[in-house]
Amino acid sequence: MGQTMVEKIISAHTDKEVKAGDFVVADVDVILAQDGTGPLALKQIEKMGFDKAAIPAKTVLFLDHAAPSPKKELSNDHMALRSFARKTGVNVSDIGDGVCHQVICEKFLNPGEILIGADSHTCTGGALGAFSTGMGSTDVGVGIALGKTWLRVPETFLFNITGEFSKGVYAKDLILHIIGMIGADGATYKAMEFAGPTIEKMPMTDRMTLSNMAVEAGGKCGLIASDEITREFLAKHGRGDKFVVVQADADALYEKTFDIDVSKLKPTLSFPHTVDNVRTIDSPDCAGVKIDQVFIGTCTNGRLEDLRIAARMLKGKKRHPDTRLIVTPASRDIYGQALAEGLLTIFNDFGASINTPGCGACVGVHQGALGDGETCLATQNRNFQGRMGNTKGFIYLSSPAVAAATAIEGKLADPLKYL
Amino acid sequence: MIFQGKSWKFGDDISTDHIAPGRLFHLRSNLPELAKHVLEDAREDFAPNVKDGDFVVGGNNFGLGSSREHAPTIIKLAGVNAVLAKSFARIFFRNCVNIGLAPVICDTDQIDEGDELQVDLGSGVIKDITKGIELTFSPLPEVMTKILSDGGLVEHIKKNQGFNL
Repeated sequence: MGQTMVEKIISAHTDKEVKAGDFVVADVDVILAQDGTGPLALKQIEKMGFDKAAIPAKTVLFLDHAAPSPKKELSNDHMALRSFARKTGVNVSDIGDGVCHQVICEKFLNPGEILIGADSHTCTGGALGAFSTGMGSTDVGVGIALGKTWLRVPETFLFNITGEFSKGVYAKDLILHIIGMIGADGATYKAMEFAGPTIEKMPMTDRMTLSNMAVEAGGKCGLIASDEITREFLAKHGRGDKFVVVQADADALYEKTFDIDVSKLKPTLSFPHTVDNVRTIDSPDCAGVKIDQVFIGTCTNGRLEDLRIAARMLKGKKRHPDTRLIVTPASRDIYGQALAEGLLTIFNDFGASINTPGCGACVGVHQGALGDGETCLATQNRNFQGRMGNTKGFIYLSSPAVAAATAIEGKLADPLKYL
Repeated sequence: MIFQGKSWKFGDDISTDHIAPGRLFHLRSNLPELAKHVLEDAREDFAPNVKDGDFVVGGNNFGLGSSREHAPTIIKLAGVNAVLAKSFARIFFRNCVNIGLAPVICDTDQIDEGDELQVDLGSGVIKDITKGIELTFSPLPEVMTKILSDGGLVEHIKKNQGFNL
C-alpha cells in the first residue's frame, strides 16, 4: 500500500516507514513561536534546564500579535523574546515584518520539511508541501531545545477539487464551503490533503488560504503536493534550489474522499459565531445585514493578490459613511509591493485605515476591537464569540471581494457588480 | 489517579477565546491573574466560584481554536484536575496532556450541573455520585498516558533528559 503525503513526510523524519495511527518521535526542520505563545515556551525551556536552541538558523520568534506593542506587559514579553534570540542565535521577526505564517512561507519553509509552530494556523505551510502543524508552547519549547517532537501520524481526508471558479468566487469561498459541509470538527485529528485539477492550477496565494483554514475544520494539517507553482514561489523568494517533489502515492490509503466541483460555488460567508455556520451571498439571511467594520488582512487573506482584488473594486470610490475599513497587509514584503503598486493610496483615498503588518485585529489584541453589538466582516479565519476583543461583537467571514463590496455598500454585498 | 469534585457544565464549541480571550493577551505572562478570568466569556460565575477538584464538563469540540496553552493551563491553575467532554479539538487535547490536565472523552449528556463526580483515570470509570450512575471512557493511548503520569511533558523531558516514549 502506498503512502499519503503526511505518511511520507513523517517517515523521512524518523527511522522507520510510518502509517496512520503510529506514534513517533520525529526530527523537525523549522520551528516558530509568536509573542503570545513564545514567552511561555521560553519559560518551559528554562524549567527543563536547557539554554540552547537545537536548530537556531531555522527557529523563528515572531513579534506579530501585538505589533507594535499596545501595552507595557507585551513590550516586556517582546524584550524577553529578543533577549533569548540574542543569547541562542535564533531569528527574530520583529514588529512590522508580518504575520508568522506568511513570513515563514516567504523566507524559511521548504517542501518535505516538518514545521511545528506555537500558533494554530501553522497549518498554512501545508501549501508548500510541508508537514506544518500548530502546537502549544510546551511542545514548541521542547522542539526549540531538542529539535524533535512527538507525533501521532494522522489519517488523511482527500479533497478532490475540480472545475473553474465563477467570477467573484475564490479559494476562500471554497474553504468556507468545505468547513460548512464537514463542520468545525469534521476533520478533527486528520490530515487534509487538497488535490485535483483545480488545485494543480491554483496560485500559491490561494493554496495558502486553503491550508490556513484546515484547523478550522479541526484538521492537523492541510497539505498540497509540491509542483511547478511551488518551485516558482520558492525561486521568487530566493530558494529555488530547495524545491523537491512531495506527493502522495497513487495507491495511498485515504480515510475519506470528498469530490467538490467549484464551478457550483457562490460567494460564501461564515455567520457568527462559528466558522461552519455558512451562507451564500444570495441567502435571504444576508439581505440588509449592516456592517460597522470591514477588515481585510491576516494570514488567510492579507496577501498581495487579495489587496489587488479589493483595490480594483474600491478605486475611485468612498467608503460607506457608516462603515469603516481596516487594511492590514500580511507581511512587510506585501506592504512594500502594495505601496509600490499604489494599492495603499487607493485604500487611503477610499477612507481606509492601514495597519502595520501583523495579527492584532483578528486576534482581538488591538487595531480593530469591536464595540458592544457591532458587526464586522473580516477576511480572517475565525469568528468565535469574543475573537475581536468583545464578546458582544458579531463577526462574519468572507473573501476580500465580498469584504470590499461590503465596505462600499455598508451592508453584506455581492462583489459581482464591482468586478 | 482518582479525582472527586463538582461538575460545571458548559455547552458545545467552547473555544480558547471563551477560556482565555485575546482582549486579555497582555496577561499571558501573569497566569495567576489570567486564571481569575478563566472561562469568563462562557460563564461569568465559574472563575469566582470554582473549587479545587471541580470538573469542567463540556459538549462537542471543547477547546477549539487557538494553540494558546494558557487556556488549559489556567483551567488547571483554577484547581481543575480533569476536563470532561464529548469531543476535544486536537491542539487543546494535546496541550492538556502536555501540561498534566486530564482530558476525558465521555458522554457528558449524562452529567448535570453540580453533580458530584468521581473520575478514575486508571480504570476509565466516572461515578456520578449524585445520580448513582457510572460512565466509562477509553484510557488514553500509551504515549499520552506516559506523559500525563510523568506530570506533563516538561517533567517527562527532565526525568529522561529527552523523549522516552
